[in-house]
Amino acid sequence: MLCLTAPEAGVRVSDMEYEPVIGLETHAELLTESKLWCRCSTRFGEPPNTQTCPICLGMPGVLPVLNERAFELALRAALALNCAINRPTFFDRKNYYYPDLPKNYQVSQNYCNLGEDGWIEIPVDAELRRVGIHNVHLEEDAGKNLHAQHGGAHYSLVDLNRAGTPLLEIVTRPEMHSVAEADAFMHTLRRLLLYAGVSDCKMQEGSLRFEASVSMRPAGSDGLGTRVEVKNLNSIKAVRGALEYEIERQTRRLREGRPVEMETRLWDAERGRSAVMRTKEEAQDYRYFPEPDLLPVEISDRELARVRASVPEMPVLRRSRFERDYGLSEYNASVLTDSKQVADYFEACVAAYDSPGSVANWIMNEALALTNRRGIGIAEFEISPERLAGLVRLLNEGRINARVARDIMHKMIDTGKDAPTLVREEGAEQVSDRSALDPVIQQVIEENPQPVQDYLAGSKKAVGALVGQVMRLSRGKADPKLAGQMLRQKLDRMQ
Amino acid sequence: MPISPDEVEHVAQLARLELTDQEKRKFAGQLDAILTYMEKLNELDTSGVEPMLHGVEGRQPARPDSAGPSLPRDEALRNAPESQNGFFRVPPIID
Ligand SMILES: [Zn+2]
Repeated sequence: MLCLTAPEAGVRVSDMEYEPVIGLETHAELLTESKLWCRCSTRFGEPPNTQTCPICLGMPGVLPVLNERAFELALRAALALNCAINRPTFFDRKNYYYPDLPKNYQVSQNYCNLGEDGWIEIPVDAELRRVGIHNVHLEEDAGKNLHAQHGGAHYSLVDLNRAGTPLLEIVTRPEMHSVAEADAFMHTLRRLLLYAGVSDCKMQEGSLRFEASVSMRPAGSDGLGTRVEVKNLNSIKAVRGALEYEIERQTRRLREGRPVEMETRLWDAERGRSAVMRTKEEAQDYRYFPEPDLLPVEISDRELARVRASVPEMPVLRRSRFERDYGLSEYNASVLTDSKQVADYFEACVAAYDSPGSVANWIMNEALALTNRRGIGIAEFEISPERLAGLVRLLNEGRINARVARDIMHKMIDTGKDAPTLVREEGAEQVSDRSALDPVIQQVIEENPQPVQDYLAGSKKAVGALVGQVMRLSRGKADPKLAGQMLRQKLDRMQ
Repeated sequence: MPISPDEVEHVAQLARLELTDQEKRKFAGQLDAILTYMEKLNELDTSGVEPMLHGVEGRQPARPDSAGPSLPRDEALRNAPESQNGFFRVPPIID
């Protein structure tokens, strides 16, 4: 249904509703020590061109040899994304000329991808929705170009340290229909790759990059419009910006009755806009053909079973299990499963002390607060899950109060001792014995006439100040609840 | 179908080759002869024959993931027509 509004400056503008059809290609650098076909290091941030060799420089007469770890990580990712695995799989050459590509071809996969027809579940409006994965394949990264311009001189500089780094490419089906869905997909995929230990996903180091394809169709229809590809998306934020821009641009064109051109655009994150990189006529002809320097890669049943077993429980599932089995709130479960390390830490604590609620609270409010402040991960936290569980147990059993527990936690880090030992050594055990507290209470009442008077005059809050004094005199060891109770009893008798 | 000089021109462009008109005509003829020869293979009935993945029998060997030494940078840059501050220097790239 076309509803035409009053023509504006001769342009007939419709107000037809359109919805986007979005597909995403994700590139993730794999967590390996060495490159895909040679032993050059993959370390980030080294001086330019110090991590190259005849193989990754594309010298004639060299032969690539597959990095088994890279292949295993790619396989693990394909399995985590529920793909069917091609056995054997093989590599193809993708031919194009660019200064960051020393061989003038990229070894990639086209005819027989490692994984195909998978899916991932993403949270959309508090429900899980499946997004299809068209394929997952292994390829090599290119180098980096730097564009220099000074004093009228125009040239580019090339660093080939990254050339040949193992790269995983994940291609979705065009099945996302809003920026929010694309956003949920990227976050879910990122967490999945981190969980599976496949990539460090550091966007600021280029470990995780995206390309988007966007077309528009009348809302509710299932046709496909003209597809535009957007490149140079180096963060989740960049993808969101580029999608919003592209959806608006295409919608405006369609409403004005102008066709969307099939083209590839380049996102400029700084200016928040994209520009045409190449048109349909200039489309690349990659002339894929099977890589003659590499043989097909076989995956035995045993190998496949072993890698399948190494795929961890996925975050979405783990979160619902945490809610179900440990009775955690949705929020606590999502915080604790956000990273695999934290989720593992939590479960190890619960295995040592079966009190999930208090363990969860202590990890979130104390342990994570501390590690975040120090900028370390829970894996680098000095206190083992078993020992943290021991501390929470002392707290739960009323043997120490929360203030002392916090203090003990810091001492555990400094001394490397466990909680029961420190509590014993410091005599920090909570005083919850009436006869032991009684003289302290008496002393506080005698030495603080003002709050006592206030209390007796009807200001019940004044008891707080007195409890504070009891805590001070007992060097934090008194059970504050009991102290308050005893103070009130004594004061009430004085009236 | 005979190969036209235009098609030769297209393929030459993809390979970054500059050909004279005379060369284009010459290679059109050669390519044509090769493709016609290959056409002959289509006469064979290959239904039920597993596609071959590679001309060489066997499967790809793999190596453990451990980093080794790279080339000294001077060595790596030695073949480059131009270099600057440890980078390869190339004509400006227009994206
Ligand atoms: Zn190398």
